[in-house]
Amino acid sequence: MMANPGTIVLIAWLLPALSFLVLALVFPFRRLGRPAAWFSVLCATGAFAAAVMAWRIQSVSAHPAHLVWPWLTSDGRSIADVGVLADAESTIMLCLVSLVSLLVQLYSIGYLHDEPPAALGRYYVYQSLFAFSMMGLALAPNLLQLFMCWELVGLCSYLLIGYWYQKPSAARAAVKAFWITKAGDVGLLIGLVMLSRQAGTFDITEIHSMVASGTLPVAGLSIITFCIYLGAMGKSAQFPFHVWLPDAMEGPTPVSALIHAATMVTAGVYLLVRTEWLFALTPDVLLIVAWIGAFTALLAAVLACVQDDIKRVLAYSTVSQLGYMMTAIGAGAAAAGFFHLLTHGLFKALLFLGAGSVIHAVRSNDLPDMGGLARRMPQTATVFIIGTLSLAGIPLFGGYLSKEEILGAVWAGGLPGPFAVLMFVAFLTAFYMFRVVFLAFFGAPAMAHAAAGHGHGHGHGAHEPHEPPVTMLLPLWILAILTMAVGVYFTLNHGEAEAAPPAWLTPSAVGAGVAGILLAWLTYGSRTIDAASLAGMFGPIRSAALAKFWIDDVIEGVFNVVLLGFSRVVGWVDRYLVDGVLNVVSAWTLVVGDDLRGIQTGKAQDYVFSVGVGVLVLVLLMRLVFA
Amino acid sequence: MGLQPYLILSAVVFCIGLFGVTTRRNTIGILLGVELMMNAVNINLVALARFNGSSAGMVFTVFTICITVTEAALGLAIVILLFRTRRTVMADHLDLLKG
Repeated sequence: MMANPGTIVLIAWLLPALSFLVLALVFPFRRLGRPAAWFSVLCATGAFAAAVMAWRIQSVSAHPAHLVWPWLTSDGRSIADVGVLADAESTIMLCLVSLVSLLVQLYSIGYLHDEPPAALGRYYVYQSLFAFSMMGLALAPNLLQLFMCWELVGLCSYLLIGYWYQKPSAARAAVKAFWITKAGDVGLLIGLVMLSRQAGTFDITEIHSMVASGTLPVAGLSIITFCIYLGAMGKSAQFPFHVWLPDAMEGPTPVSALIHAATMVTAGVYLLVRTEWLFALTPDVLLIVAWIGAFTALLAAVLACVQDDIKRVLAYSTVSQLGYMMTAIGAGAAAAGFFHLLTHGLFKALLFLGAGSVIHAVRSNDLPDMGGLARRMPQTATVFIIGTLSLAGIPLFGGYLSKEEILGAVWAGGLPGPFAVLMFVAFLTAFYMFRVVFLAFFGAPAMAHAAAGHGHGHGHGAHEPHEPPVTMLLPLWILAILTMAVGVYFTLNHGEAEAAPPAWLTPSAVGAGVAGILLAWLTYGSRTIDAASLAGMFGPIRSAALAKFWIDDVIEGVFNVVLLGFSRVVGWVDRYLVDGVLNVVSAWTLVVGDDLRGIQTGKAQDYVFSVGVGVLVLVLLMRLVFA
Repeated sequence: MGLQPYLILSAVVFCIGLFGVTTRRNTIGILLGVELMMNAVNINLVALARFNGSSAGMVFTVFTICITVTEAALGLAIVILLFRTRRTVMADHLDLLKG
């Protein structure tokens, strides 16, 4: 079965497009709701099968398959192609995207069972479009197609965050996410255009070979890579663009799992992994990437410690882990960052779907409304704890090795500052995640589960939390098993890292994780340490974190002052200068016309007289002036 | 005798015609002025044809005279119709061109 992997990835790419077109164009089918959902799931299954097949073939042949068609031809030469590039990174990314996409679509059938059929159909239209765009982004053979798909996933993110558009907070969050990522995208577009001017092409492979042979001029490259990094900052929620991601949790939880944890937010990391050879030419930008990544990781971890909304904790943890990946790339170890992207995609999707299952059961996002759920939902609790252990970097779980690799790479990359920050963040990560675990799944059950008005406004009365239906449990177990399998597999077949990490690294990293878990257990599990007094120890930091370090306010202030101020100036110019000139001209025309009306007497003799005088004047002019 | 006296005569007749057209209150007087202007043109044509040694101008003049006759007939007909509908032929009462 040595078929061309290019064709197979093309099939994987086009199946969601088929699903999107069918659902978008055939209205009656879409409005049926559930059949439309199953059709979309079917296409996603096919896409996943094709993706896995392509990955298997690709890993054997180890030769990138390039399948492109000319697009935007000018002077007989194609400015940019459209098609697929199946190499090691893109096929693995394709597998991750199609897998999580499939599981999330399956999960959503159970999660959104209360939705009206038409809304459910709309949801699956967006889901299919997202799968198509994200795969296109992963497979893009040139940067222009990548940018196009990049914008498309941004659009899908906007549409899906605002899925419950009747909720003002959801609509607001959707707009916020769109605008803030767009601010970064402007940088990306500028960077790509400048890069294509310098290299003469958008094609990734061609630019790579130019870099490899050293024919790409390095002068001014720092600006280009920084502009590209700006786009990645917006998409991957790096400080100060991270503010959109926690608000994006207004969307349905499966959407958060797919877009805002596993795939779309990692697009920025993926872009940097794709162009690491370009960034390697600009070490100054890489240093910025590393420091901002580490700072983002720390900031988001601190913020995650004080959140009471389970989804917001996970959102900040995503931001923090994205910071990890970025730091690895900044340290020149893009492979480690990409590895963490993959394992993170698995276990964070698992955590979000687990959280969704909890929210589905108690009809609230808030941790105080939960408690003691492990007895009522043992399966959900098990998979959630697997995901948490993986995120905390406990050995044998998925996230352990990738985290180790990042820490080792950052140390080897000669960045002790970010290394120390990441080490501390590892401790914080374990702490805040196990805080969630102890608060939600252990301890005493909250008395009033879900006061009305919380959650999604389903309008259910109080009821006993119970395990979700099988469509939701199945994806959870698949992700949990995969997370475990990845961890065990790579622990057993651990290839030698390029730069062997120092011997003390593993014990200290695991120690940081265990210490975090221990602190969380003492505080929220056994209650040996009073949570209030622990919070009191960090008084100012805690209150600052509760205010999100005022970053949102600063951005809003900047927005209000700069953008709205500028708009006001432009508005004034338009209203009084541009319109003013036009109004004066039109008023003048009216007045002059009114005055000139008097000379039209209607008598033929006056006209003849005017003609005669006119001729006389012309003759005199010709004689005297133009003689 | 040179060309100039003919042209001066023509110009004088033309100006008299134009003066009549612009100043006469009676429509028939205006028509007479138009006839004078036409004849000034005819004098011009004949004189120039004679001095250029080309007969085209003379032939053209014959045409013009014919057209002038029909034009006079038409003009008088219009004046009669005007009198029937408006009961006046005074030009300063006729301001139908005014919108």
